[in-house]
Amino acid sequence: MSKRSYKFALSLLFLACMAQEPLFAARIGELTETDWKIQVIRFLSFRDPSVRYALAGSILLGISCGLLGSFIVVRKMALVGDALSHAVLPGVALGFLWNTTKDPVAIFIGATVAGLLGTTVVNLITQTTRLKEDTALGMVLAGFFSVGICLVTMIQHLPTGNKSGIDKFLFGQAAALGPNDIQLMGIVTLLAITVITLFYKEFLVSSFDSGFAHSIRIPVQLFHHLLMLLLAFAVVISLQAVGVVLVSAMLITPAAAAYLLTDRMHRMVFLASIFGLLSGVFGAFFSFLGPSLPTGPFMVLGASLVFTLCFFFAPKHGLVTRWWVKRSRSQQIQVENVLKAIYHVLEDRGFDGEGVSIRELADQRKQTLEESVRESKMLKRAEYATLLEEGNMIWLTPEGWQRAREMVRNHRLWELYLTSAAQYSADHVHDDAEKIEHILGDEVVRALEKRLDYATTDPHGKKIPSSESIQKDRMGRREKVPGYGQDI
Amino acid sequence: MAKDFLPSFEWHRVMVEPWSADAFQNNLWIFLMGFLVATACGLVGNYLILRRMSLIGDAISHSILPGIAIAFLVSGSRGTVPMFAGALLAGVATTVIIEVIHKKSRIKQDSAIGIAFTTLFAIGVILISLYASKIDLDQECVLYGEIGFVGLHPPVQLWGMNLGPLPVFRMAVVTVITAAAIMLFYKELLVSSFDPGLAFTLGINATVVHYCLMGWLSTVVVNAFESVGAVLVIAMLILPGAIASMLTLQLPRILMLTVVIAAMSSFFGIHLATWLNCSTAAAMVVVASGLFILAWLFSPTSGLVFKKLRHRSDSVPEFPETATDVLNPQPGK
Repeated sequence: MSKRSYKFALSLLFLACMAQEPLFAARIGELTETDWKIQVIRFLSFRDPSVRYALAGSILLGISCGLLGSFIVVRKMALVGDALSHAVLPGVALGFLWNTTKDPVAIFIGATVAGLLGTTVVNLITQTTRLKEDTALGMVLAGFFSVGICLVTMIQHLPTGNKSGIDKFLFGQAAALGPNDIQLMGIVTLLAITVITLFYKEFLVSSFDSGFAHSIRIPVQLFHHLLMLLLAFAVVISLQAVGVVLVSAMLITPAAAAYLLTDRMHRMVFLASIFGLLSGVFGAFFSFLGPSLPTGPFMVLGASLVFTLCFFFAPKHGLVTRWWVKRSRSQQIQVENVLKAIYHVLEDRGFDGEGVSIRELADQRKQTLEESVRESKMLKRAEYATLLEEGNMIWLTPEGWQRAREMVRNHRLWELYLTSAAQYSADHVHDDAEKIEHILGDEVVRALEKRLDYATTDPHGKKIPSSESIQKDRMGRREKVPGYGQDI
Repeated sequence: MAKDFLPSFEWHRVMVEPWSADAFQNNLWIFLMGFLVATACGLVGNYLILRRMSLIGDAISHSILPGIAIAFLVSGSRGTVPMFAGALLAGVATTVIIEVIHKKSRIKQDSAIGIAFTTLFAIGVILISLYASKIDLDQECVLYGEIGFVGLHPPVQLWGMNLGPLPVFRMAVVTVITAAAIMLFYKELLVSSFDPGLAFTLGINATVVHYCLMGWLSTVVVNAFESVGAVLVIAMLILPGAIASMLTLQLPRILMLTVVIAAMSSFFGIHLATWLNCSTAAAMVVVASGLFILAWLFSPTSGLVFKKLRHRSDSVPEFPETATDVLNPQPGK
């Protein structure tokens, strides 16, 4: 559903850009003096056709780069994109020479051929020499790029060369996009979307498991070449807006950001396209604010911004998120250890008396009073205990008592399991049980109890609280807290 | 039109005139600069190739740009010290960012490299275009340098001797230090590049070697940057070493050949640029790429042509990959 509406919106946008309207002002790319406030208004009012072209171009290139970039990122071919994008430069220059104008079709063909030639040469070098892929990529990137630079400087020395705008291909200028460029970009984007949608399964399988793809008769090589072709297309249409040097970022960065957010390929492709689109618009907007600001670097910066946010705050894989999860987990473990210590104190005195004093807890945990006070407050926050007003006595709540018994049960069950089933000696089992007690789930506990014949004493002769009794408390909500003077 | 674009090859204009009296000195400096850049980069680059870190070289050569731009903005001058400091910081920052992205998330190393250097490069380009009047660099120079103007810099005077224009002199110092360092630490570099495990048992700290190499790489690159630009530095780093390793297998010989190849590409690059009237630095790289193609085809040890010839004479593959290759030699393979 979402895919369809997304395509629909795309084609609407495409049509809107095609509609011709009278010019309101000179092309923004040709202005020399600009005020950024006026530029903001011009940009946001969309009245200027060059603004619309630039915006449409950025959106289209963002979508196609994000879409295809996802596949090269999961195939670990990110730097092939880099080499490819540098290798198109001689093709651009030759396409330009075809009739010394910016004929989009000639440039498109030249650049695609050069890009594909570049990736072929990388393959040839790695197959026929001892050089590794990274070296081959670097050589092709630099070799092709230098040929391109030679041609570009030769063009610039031509009598008509200086006004040609070929230098815009190096860092990109979205304001230089014209209706013909947008048309080409639209066609290529639609083509990429169509091909990927039609052969989604084949691309997916051959990207993640080429051996399996072979075995179900998917022509892996063919799809590899198809992907390279689409990639070359995407790079070529992005050249004018992003520039040769930074196109690879538009392929890699949005896709990498999407990779941090989801584990499903179709969601990644969708998100990467959205991120590509957003960074495209970001770049187009900021490069409009000043007279000679290149578009490409701003787009890349936009994409990097998105990536940075995902890197730190992605729900599952973000750095801060993971740190937060780890921290709360270690707090949980600390709380559970305190509960266990309180249980031990109560157990040592035969479960009688009203609550546990801070001093007793400190002695049990072998720590200072301050540390115990802090831990007792953690218990209170977790609603596992109530504190006396002076703060020197701890009473467990029913939940706290239940959790404490579960911990002790897990610990002792595991110790018993290790001694009886895994033949550990009794003095070696404590440390292991200390770790596993926090993560044993209900099912494992039931299986352990069953396997150990519902044993009631652990290897050290202590009583194991049975799951049944804990469960009974939970169901009946009876207040079986020793602080309230009841037996376990 | 075609005539305008592709000048005819006139022997005298292309091969003799650059070395005539009035152009001699300028071209000599250009040649020396190209030679020194290619030598220093090539020597360091050999170790990048061995460590499969060629693309980290690419990344660093891009990402020193913001370092240089910020150094310009802060110090307000094109002084040597701030530029070195900026480049060194940027270079180390790149390696650290790549490591952090790669180690702390599920992003693979190749994507991490791609993200890190493009971001830094973009920041650099934006800084340059925002503060164009304050930073003495333009976008084209960033890409392919201005080696053609190297002779115009003020010469360095030391004890009354003329030691050449400042960039050439600086590059010469860097090259000499590079060569000396490789001789001094030959064993450490060799062992840690080929066998990190053995390096560890020998008490060589691979991390220290790694960061020293990266630091020195940034230093070499920042010097080369001015004359060949950010993108072509990668060619200077990889191509000489790659060509040399097509010709021989021994590291000392590879290092020697790197120097020879550097001289050749610099020399012929000047002539190519004179002929075609194009960027000199790019022409040098084109020559180096041409040399690589020659080596690829005609290298006596591993050239495609000789492999083919040898293949006809004996049907057993030279480097059998599996037992079946030996037992069932296939003519096509």
